[in-house]
Amino acid sequence: MSNSSKSKETFSRTVIFVFVICLICAALVSIAASSLKPLQKANKLLDQHTKILEAAGLSDVAAKNGVDATFEKFVMPKFIDLASGSFTTGDHAIYDERSDSRDVAKSSAVKDRGVGLRRRANKAVIYLVKNDQGHIDSAVLPIVGMGLWDIMYGYIGLEANLNTVKRVVYYELKETPGLGAEVQNPKWKALWKGKEMFDKNHNIAIEIVKGGMANCKTNKIYCVDALSGATLTSRGVNRTIHFWLGDEGYGPFIAKFGGKLNNGELN
Amino acid sequence: MEHYISIFIKSIFIENMALSFFLGMCTFLAVSKKVSTAIGLGVAVTVVLALSVPANQIIYQAVLAPGALDSLMGVTDPANSIDLSFLAYITYIGVIAALVQILEMILDKYFPALYQALGIFLPLITVNCAIFGAVSFMVAKNLDLGESVVYGIGSGVGWMLAIVLMAGIREKMKYSDVPDGLKGLGITFITAGLMAFGFLSFGGISL
Amino acid sequence: MSTDTKKVLFGPIINNNPITLQVLGVCSALAVSNSMANALVMSLAVMMVTAFSSMFISMIRNQIPSSVRIIVQMAIIASLVIVVDQVLQAFSYQLSKSLSVYVGLIITNCIVMGRAEAFAMKEKPLASFLDGIGNGLGYGAVLLTVATFRELFGFGRLFGIEILPLIQNDGWYQANGLLVLPFSSFFVIGLLIWAVRTKKPEQVEKD
Repeated sequence: MSNSSKSKETFSRTVIFVFVICLICAALVSIAASSLKPLQKANKLLDQHTKILEAAGLSDVAAKNGVDATFEKFVMPKFIDLASGSFTTGDHAIYDERSDSRDVAKSSAVKDRGVGLRRRANKAVIYLVKNDQGHIDSAVLPIVGMGLWDIMYGYIGLEANLNTVKRVVYYELKETPGLGAEVQNPKWKALWKGKEMFDKNHNIAIEIVKGGMANCKTNKIYCVDALSGATLTSRGVNRTIHFWLGDEGYGPFIAKFGGKLNNGELN
Repeated sequence: MEHYISIFIKSIFIENMALSFFLGMCTFLAVSKKVSTAIGLGVAVTVVLALSVPANQIIYQAVLAPGALDSLMGVTDPANSIDLSFLAYITYIGVIAALVQILEMILDKYFPALYQALGIFLPLITVNCAIFGAVSFMVAKNLDLGESVVYGIGSGVGWMLAIVLMAGIREKMKYSDVPDGLKGLGITFITAGLMAFGFLSFGGISL
Repeated sequence: MSTDTKKVLFGPIINNNPITLQVLGVCSALAVSNSMANALVMSLAVMMVTAFSSMFISMIRNQIPSSVRIIVQMAIIASLVIVVDQVLQAFSYQLSKSLSVYVGLIITNCIVMGRAEAFAMKEKPLASFLDGIGNGLGYGAVLLTVATFRELFGFGRLFGIEILPLIQNDGWYQANGLLVLPFSSFFVIGLLIWAVRTKKPEQVEKD
């Protein structure tokens, strides 16, 4: 025993041993990672596409015809420049909003402090969704903003007039389960359908109201009942939507294209 | 500056490693019998966190992050960009283990008194999931170098606060009459649960 | 099956449970026990990693130089965890998303390290493999018990299938809000320990 333990401890033997172990482990890990990469990428896309189709109100179609086919057929990803509101170019397959929003050259400081973001990317990918006739039927806009615990990521689906809501879908959040996380509850999501974002004077009118619809000060079409027991999450959602509909978000785009998405200048 | 203070406070109270994410629980439950040892371990964890979070941040951003090696290797087509992020876990644990080892040697050589006090805890820290967890969260949150230093120290202080509080409670609890089956581990679990309940009330503080 | 094999394989479930008796691997047990699906996948992942790492380490136990023992074990464990993580991401994306960093944290799960040090460094590969499976089962038993409580009474569901219709979905069951929160697993595990130790008084801790 003493002999073998002695021979185990020489410097060169230790180095060789560690080297061999590293080689084996590296080979194992690399083979697994590179052979599974395509599957993982496909999974990620599938997940994203499912959420976008849900925001556009096409979940049923997707369930019948498959997510990828439906997405291919109906959805057009488009880049917009947020400050001017006009369309711009980019490769949406590799675009990463989160890395852009950290890059000083590709993002701007956020003035509205309520939304809990420090910077937002200058460009955004939005998804224009066609109907069977090939007309633009809805637009899905990504939204990001602080909830109670952390940043929440989601999509708003708007009809082609860029005013009437189709769905509000959150896909990544760390809210309290059973309370704030109920933003993902289908019943709450259904409350949004048909609500209007802007009043007749083009001011943001949508409001999440606490304590039931009786507290709605304006028209019922502009009010959504808050989540019970999750005041701060509801407030976060409200601020997020106000931010993204406002001048720092999609405001310029909506002002430019509201009601005009079918004018043909896109295709 | 304000931004850094916000990260610091958040990582101590709202995102407390031990009581909100339940990381470093093994040592949290096992080494919280006495306040003095709890402080020793807490300091050691804070030091290791303060070093390993920024160290891993540098390595991740320079080598592992998708596209980080592109310019070095002459890849221009974004479709072929090099993504080594699958090596992240093994790198983190290697860096943490190496840092702990180096820290141990430095303390032994230059600060023998401190080494005597912390020495027994240092090897334990490599497998303390609070360290590994903080490094993973740093990457998930996409922090920059300055932020990661603050985040590392903050999470360490938060973890230390939790374990020292726990040890304080357990020292007092020696005088309580706990049912036989709950003695030791059982009542510690329930105490930790109540503490986590308390820390929940920090949620929603916006800075 | 010989009695020895049985002891190695099933002993860790109650008699020598890694969580309730040895206080190992608690972190992830608390954080991912909110649903049966999460708990099941996490238990399988831990079982696989423990079993295979113990087997590999046991195979080379006579060759490992003791000065680099820990880091070699770490490298093997980390590689296995990366493989498990990659497989999860490829075949069960939703689950890997909801387990988030906790899959990576298996690397620092003390059960894996603990079995490698305490069992695999001394015993033959097959026995080590079974010991790993056994400890995985023990971990899984606790995790699934906690998850049953939390998912059934917190969400009214089991494996995502509605058992108790919730009031907010027009049913009759008012969900227990406490069990939905992660720290409630502290209480559930604490009470579980109490139950086990009332049944097996020899596990009660002395003062």
